[in-house]
Amino acid sequence: MQITQILFLIFAAIILGSAFKVVTTKKMIHAAFWLIVTLFGVAALYAMLNAGFMAMVQIVVYVGAIAILFIFAIMLTRKELLDSAAPLNKNWTVAALFALLSFSGLFTLLNNWRGFANTAPELSADMDTITELGTALVTPNAYLLPFEVASVLLLAALIGAVYVANEAKSE
Amino acid sequence: MEFWKDPINTIFASLLKSFTSGGMSEVLATILIWLIGILLFVTFAMVLDIFLVWIERKVVARFQDRLGPNRIGPFGIFQPFADIVKLLIKEDITPVGADVILFNLAPIFSMMSVLLLWAIMPFAPLMVGVDLNVGMLYLVAAGSIGTLSVIMAGWASNNKYATMGAFRTVAQMISYEIPMVAAILVITVLAGSMGAVGIVEAQEIPFIFYAPLTFIIFLISAIAELGRSPFDLNEAESEIVAGFHTEYTGMKFGLFYAGELLHSFTFGGFIALLFFGGHRFFGLEELGPIVGALIFIGKALFFYWVIMWVKYTVPRIRIDHMLAFNWKFLTPLAFILLMVTALVGRLFLESNWLVPALFLSNILIAWLTVEYLKSHARKEREKEEALKPSAQMTQH
Amino acid sequence: MQNPWIYIGLFVLVGMFIPIAAIAIAAFLGPKKPNAIKQSTYECGIETVGDSWIQFKAQYYIFALVFLVFDVETVFLFPWAVALNKLPLFAVFEGIIFILILLAGLVYAWKKGMLEWA
Repeated sequence: MQITQILFLIFAAIILGSAFKVVTTKKMIHAAFWLIVTLFGVAALYAMLNAGFMAMVQIVVYVGAIAILFIFAIMLTRKELLDSAAPLNKNWTVAALFALLSFSGLFTLLNNWRGFANTAPELSADMDTITELGTALVTPNAYLLPFEVASVLLLAALIGAVYVANEAKSE
Repeated sequence: MEFWKDPINTIFASLLKSFTSGGMSEVLATILIWLIGILLFVTFAMVLDIFLVWIERKVVARFQDRLGPNRIGPFGIFQPFADIVKLLIKEDITPVGADVILFNLAPIFSMMSVLLLWAIMPFAPLMVGVDLNVGMLYLVAAGSIGTLSVIMAGWASNNKYATMGAFRTVAQMISYEIPMVAAILVITVLAGSMGAVGIVEAQEIPFIFYAPLTFIIFLISAIAELGRSPFDLNEAESEIVAGFHTEYTGMKFGLFYAGELLHSFTFGGFIALLFFGGHRFFGLEELGPIVGALIFIGKALFFYWVIMWVKYTVPRIRIDHMLAFNWKFLTPLAFILLMVTALVGRLFLESNWLVPALFLSNILIAWLTVEYLKSHARKEREKEEALKPSAQMTQH
Repeated sequence: MQNPWIYIGLFVLVGMFIPIAAIAIAAFLGPKKPNAIKQSTYECGIETVGDSWIQFKAQYYIFALVFLVFDVETVFLFPWAVALNKLPLFAVFEGIIFILILLAGLVYAWKKGMLEWA
């Protein structure tokens, strides 16, 4: 086994284990911290693929902003609402069945897919992926429209947040 | 002779030869040498940190017209070692109700987030841990680990003051991250690179002349990121004891404290790197990478001193002012600067007028900002004065 | 050894090891005499009432939301900023439009009074 494979297995185990803890742990805030472990694991996978930009974006956006937002949200809710209910309810057998079914479905689908055998094209050592990405983002034939739509989407998110917060404030 | 031109790679090559001659695979040998190198590098950072404690105490004493530590060793230089011995033999107290695992992880993460920044610090052209092509995003990412450690410490301590302090700190750190990143974006536009080495290489003329206003924005938001006065609401002694590290004792407190000082020094280094040409100093860096590294450390120490100067001169600001200053002033200004720099920089690309044009546009923006603030203040004052007589009427 | 992130990974390991070592040495050297008073929560000498889970201002959450939007924006702008000098002039205007749309959002939040602490 290659060293990268061992590393991949370690990170995959960390991601799966912490994701499992997110849904089973009883304290909400612990779930948030386990989620952060998961996100770091994903960032490590990106770094292993030499996708440094994606790894850093993963940490800056998900760990630095979204996880903090989660923690703020948890701390804002009253304690009586949290920590009391068990993480499992009585329908868990049905849920497990559906999870198993969808897993086996995906497994059969992906097992017959030949894409796994393809290897990624080798990048030349002096290729600057960030410049390529930046060029692609503003070239009309490439991703210019999604790039500008992204800003409109962010604007909509901001306006929505302001609207909801205003409503909550006036109540 | 080769050694003085490229010390790191010379040592690396000779070590690699001696390691692999013993039959070790090259990959393993490289990782081992890297590990040894990193250990030495981090140890150097920690030793420097010890002296930073001494510098900090000495400088604050001079600002406050005192002598500072002067008993142990010449000028009290061995005082921090005595401090360390004291911290090591203190009892480690974990308060009741604390979340033990998170409580212990917080100081480790706090220190780690600072040490991680050292991986990309370019002391000299060939003396850099690793030149990431996403270096500046890495700086932001390491900062978010620091934010995380604060919230961990605050929550795990099971102390109201600690939680309050953590919340304030996180609100401040995330708010001021935006103008800081915008300032870094201005530098990225100018350098055409996100890597630390690329940014230094682009500075034939230091970027302070291209973007003086951006420097001011970066300095302010860096101080806020560090949580130092005037932005030290996180540990406002008179209000919430010591903020998020209220319950920490002994070495764990020491790690938070040392982490803060090393963080300040590191940001001094980043200011030198982003705006003052890193290791460049009037061609003196041609003498060799070691001279370059010394110049870089000197510049970093100077900006560390500037941060201390601000800290011990300016009083703490209120939380609503802190947030308003960021969102209503610094953030719009930083993004306007980014747009202007991108436009002017692109228009005058590769012309001799690039620096004067950028400098003048900065001056123009500064003038417009000051005029706007003046008129705004006048309006506010008129509003107050218009309200005053009626307010007195109702009182009578 | 193409991947610089191996170096960062090692740096993370060492960066964790040094503080852990410091805490471990301190735990080994320091005295261990816990008692109830010493371990009680510090609150300037008064006994603590309730637990530390206090209700926070909703405003913290609003600022975190605004921050999140701008954080994602800057992430989009980084590749644009790196490539800018090699791109035609209209690419600059594309970036400026991107920023202006978001600044409009900031102004909206400002006018709606979301940036007030009170």
